[in-house]
Amino acid sequence: MTGFATPLTGYLLVAALLFAIGLAGALTRRNAILVLIGIELMLNAANLNLIAFWRYLPHPEALTGMIFAIFSIAVAAAEAAVGLGLVISIHRHAHTTDLDEMNRMKG
Amino acid sequence: MSFVFWLLAAITVAGGLAAVLLKNLVHCALALTVVFAGLALLFLQLDAQFAGFAQILVYVGAVAILVVFAILLTRSSETPKDGGVFSRTWGAGLAISAAVFAVLGWVVLQSEAGLPREINVPNVTVLQIGNALMGRYVLPLEIVALLLTAALIGAVIVAMHEKGDAK
Repeated sequence: MTGFATPLTGYLLVAALLFAIGLAGALTRRNAILVLIGIELMLNAANLNLIAFWRYLPHPEALTGMIFAIFSIAVAAAEAAVGLGLVISIHRHAHTTDLDEMNRMKG
Repeated sequence: MSFVFWLLAAITVAGGLAAVLLKNLVHCALALTVVFAGLALLFLQLDAQFAGFAQILVYVGAVAILVVFAILLTRSSETPKDGGVFSRTWGAGLAISAAVFAVLGWVVLQSEAGLPREINVPNVTVLQIGNALMGRYVLPLEIVALLLTAALIGAVIVAMHEKGDAK
């Protein structure tokens, strides 16, 4: 159906595209929550790479990539919780989530 | 490489674009949920059942809800008064991400001949994953438990009302 030599190529390209979209979101949006959404997209793209390599490398029964992805999901969840807590805290002090206006570390 | 894969990939990428480009942040959070669900289906397509269901539980069930709460608590769904939702330096950000995608895609296509092409479907049960987590990976598991506890307490402390901060 495609010209790719292995299905892994398709997954890697989708993950690369998703990573670039997340990076673009994190770099271009003004709202701090949208930046966190972009970071989540990038972490998920990395997870897709891990799972795809786990599936197509020999010896998937070693579970290395799968376990790596599961730990990555756990760390990303912790990151999201702390990041959104920080955004809410900053909003309470500065009454804004606009990154262009956040130019001081001291409230 | 099947029709299902291309359908899931199109849904995921379209959701990602919507999550980054839409003006209303609540719509962005909904598009983000679509991306998470699409990725979970891609994991299932890759015969990684446990990771797929963990993705649905953690991301669709928890992270997406957390994002919606943060958006509503900070009233970010209102469009900013002075117009644009993109920062002043959006051109540079777009150029950087396009360059990153160009490099990644070029590397993937260049190394295509050397990529692994295992065709046997892995037969991995949840029992094996549990044994691996409790055996070989028990130390990382404990560290993640500690990290999650610290993140829980830290997020509550960071977002907690301070004394004298009466509203």
